[in-house]
Amino acid sequence: MLELLRLLEKDCTLTRGQMAAMLGRSEAEVSDAIADFEARGVILRYKAVVDWEKTDVEMVTALIDVKVTPQRGEGFDRVAERIYQYDEVESLYLMSGGYDLSVLITGRTMKEVALFVAEKLAPLESVTGTATHFLLKKYKDGGVVFAPVTPQEERILMV
Amino acid sequence: MSAFSWHLGQRVRAIPPSAIRRFFDLLETMPDAISLGIGEPDFVTPWHVRDRGIYSLEKGFTKYTPNAGLSELRGEISAYMRRHYDMAYDPKGEIVVTVGGSEAIDLAMRAVLEPGDEVLIPQPSFVCYGPIATLAGATPVFLETLAENRFRLTAEQLRAAITPKTRLLVLPYPCNPTGGIMERADLEAVADVLRDTDIAVISDEIYAELTYGEAHVSLAQLPGMEERTVVVGGLSKSHAMTGWRMGYACGPREVIAQMIKIHQFAIMSAPTTSQYAAIEALRHGDRDIAAMREEYDERRRFVVDALGRMGLPCFEPQGAFYVFPDIRSTGLTSEDFCEGLLRAQRVAVIPGSAFGASGEGFVRCCYAASMKQLTEAMERLKRFLEGTIQLTIDN
Ligand SMILES: Cc1ncc(COP(=O)(O)O)c(C=O)c1O
Repeated sequence: MLELLRLLEKDCTLTRGQMAAMLGRSEAEVSDAIADFEARGVILRYKAVVDWEKTDVEMVTALIDVKVTPQRGEGFDRVAERIYQYDEVESLYLMSGGYDLSVLITGRTMKEVALFVAEKLAPLESVTGTATHFLLKKYKDGGVVFAPVTPQEERILMV
Repeated sequence: MSAFSWHLGQRVRAIPPSAIRRFFDLLETMPDAISLGIGEPDFVTPWHVRDRGIYSLEKGFTKYTPNAGLSELRGEISAYMRRHYDMAYDPKGEIVVTVGGSEAIDLAMRAVLEPGDEVLIPQPSFVCYGPIATLAGATPVFLETLAENRFRLTAEQLRAAITPKTRLLVLPYPCNPTGGIMERADLEAVADVLRDTDIAVISDEIYAELTYGEAHVSLAQLPGMEERTVVVGGLSKSHAMTGWRMGYACGPREVIAQMIKIHQFAIMSAPTTSQYAAIEALRHGDRDIAAMREEYDERRRFVVDALGRMGLPCFEPQGAFYVFPDIRSTGLTSEDFCEGLLRAQRVAVIPGSAFGASGEGFVRCCYAASMKQLTEAMERLKRFLEGTIQLTIDN
């Protein structure tokens, strides 16, 4: 039921009844499939996409390129594990190309993020270099466009 | 200022005003209603297509095109017809690019019809065929398709309606407003009737990409039918491009040549920017079509299921993006039903009577809307039905 995953990925607030109808399955089949996906860790969590810019919460996000010396027998996994355990780390990816790990971090201020890099990330033994880029504006995230949609003003009433 | 009195053409005056004018007037006053009334995709045209249109403007491609349309576009239409429907049309002489499928219908009727000719039009169907036939001086003859036949045209109905004056048959499938389709066997039965006649066909296949389950079959694919059929297509529905006004007609040289003549004098050429965008849409848009069809299909199943739960009988539509539930159990006319629903619950659906007398007792809901809107609309429709049943009991 891969179609089910696509539906949930788009909108996890759909009820089981709605999804069952949309896919032409029974509600029991949908519930079983969801339980199975959850048990196997295919579905990890259900979340909302929030545009914090529209709230009065102050927040900065940075993308940090990290160069690492891989460790014998462990590759990059060990150091990655030591990095992603920090709550500040929102995403962590192993990359091909000019650097090795890409870390997405959120903090309340630029200083807070800079300090995280200086005090937590850079000192890790295998880390050989970092470059921090602050995000200035979020246009699209997780497939969702953050700019408001302006509908066409005048349309036909019936065709 | 001296009084001037217009002598207006008899043909245009003969076209009756919309049968549901009252409902329209009401609809106009309620822009905040959830509208399932507009028969067009809720998707915005895919970006790569819009981008191609913008690029053509950047390059300064703002001149007229050849009357029949850009040759590159006719080439893409030809390739698309072959790829999707295994039909062969020569870009030189058998294809004309039009201002929407609407214009293609107009051209075909004007090219074929003479005063006194009869045009067979299955109903309920899209609203343009009768008026265009009337403007061409011909007489529309309506064939009532039935819910119990899944709104298909039957060979018996067709045979019974043919007279010596019958010049043209309109085949409006997949059908707006019913969602009905014609499968190969249904078309074969129709073809058998047509074969012994000299009746030409306009096959309006604007919804050909939107079938759920059975792939679309064109009458022109059947032996001996291509030479009497003008296939009308377009990008409005399949590629979410209604506002671009991009359609086309494919057919035998003889008729297309006359259609191009009318187009040449009445229109010159279809919009240039739209033609460039259409090249991109046809060349690289198959995945967009499939993705949108998938979403419509989900919504279709959701709406059919919701109507079923409310106890509104509804034939399962197999094409286009409409459901056409039977509302006769409420005891209301379709116009009263729609007006009541709009006033009480602020949901707009269209009275079936707008699509011909045989649409009375049904309403058309377009499910090319977001799941959020559809869910809310179905909730409100349910409340409305509970309300009317309550009223019926109270009386
Ligand atoms: C059956 C049918 N044919 C033709 C059209 C006209 O479409 P367009 O002129 O946008 O191609 C419509 C539009 O609703 C339709 O439903």
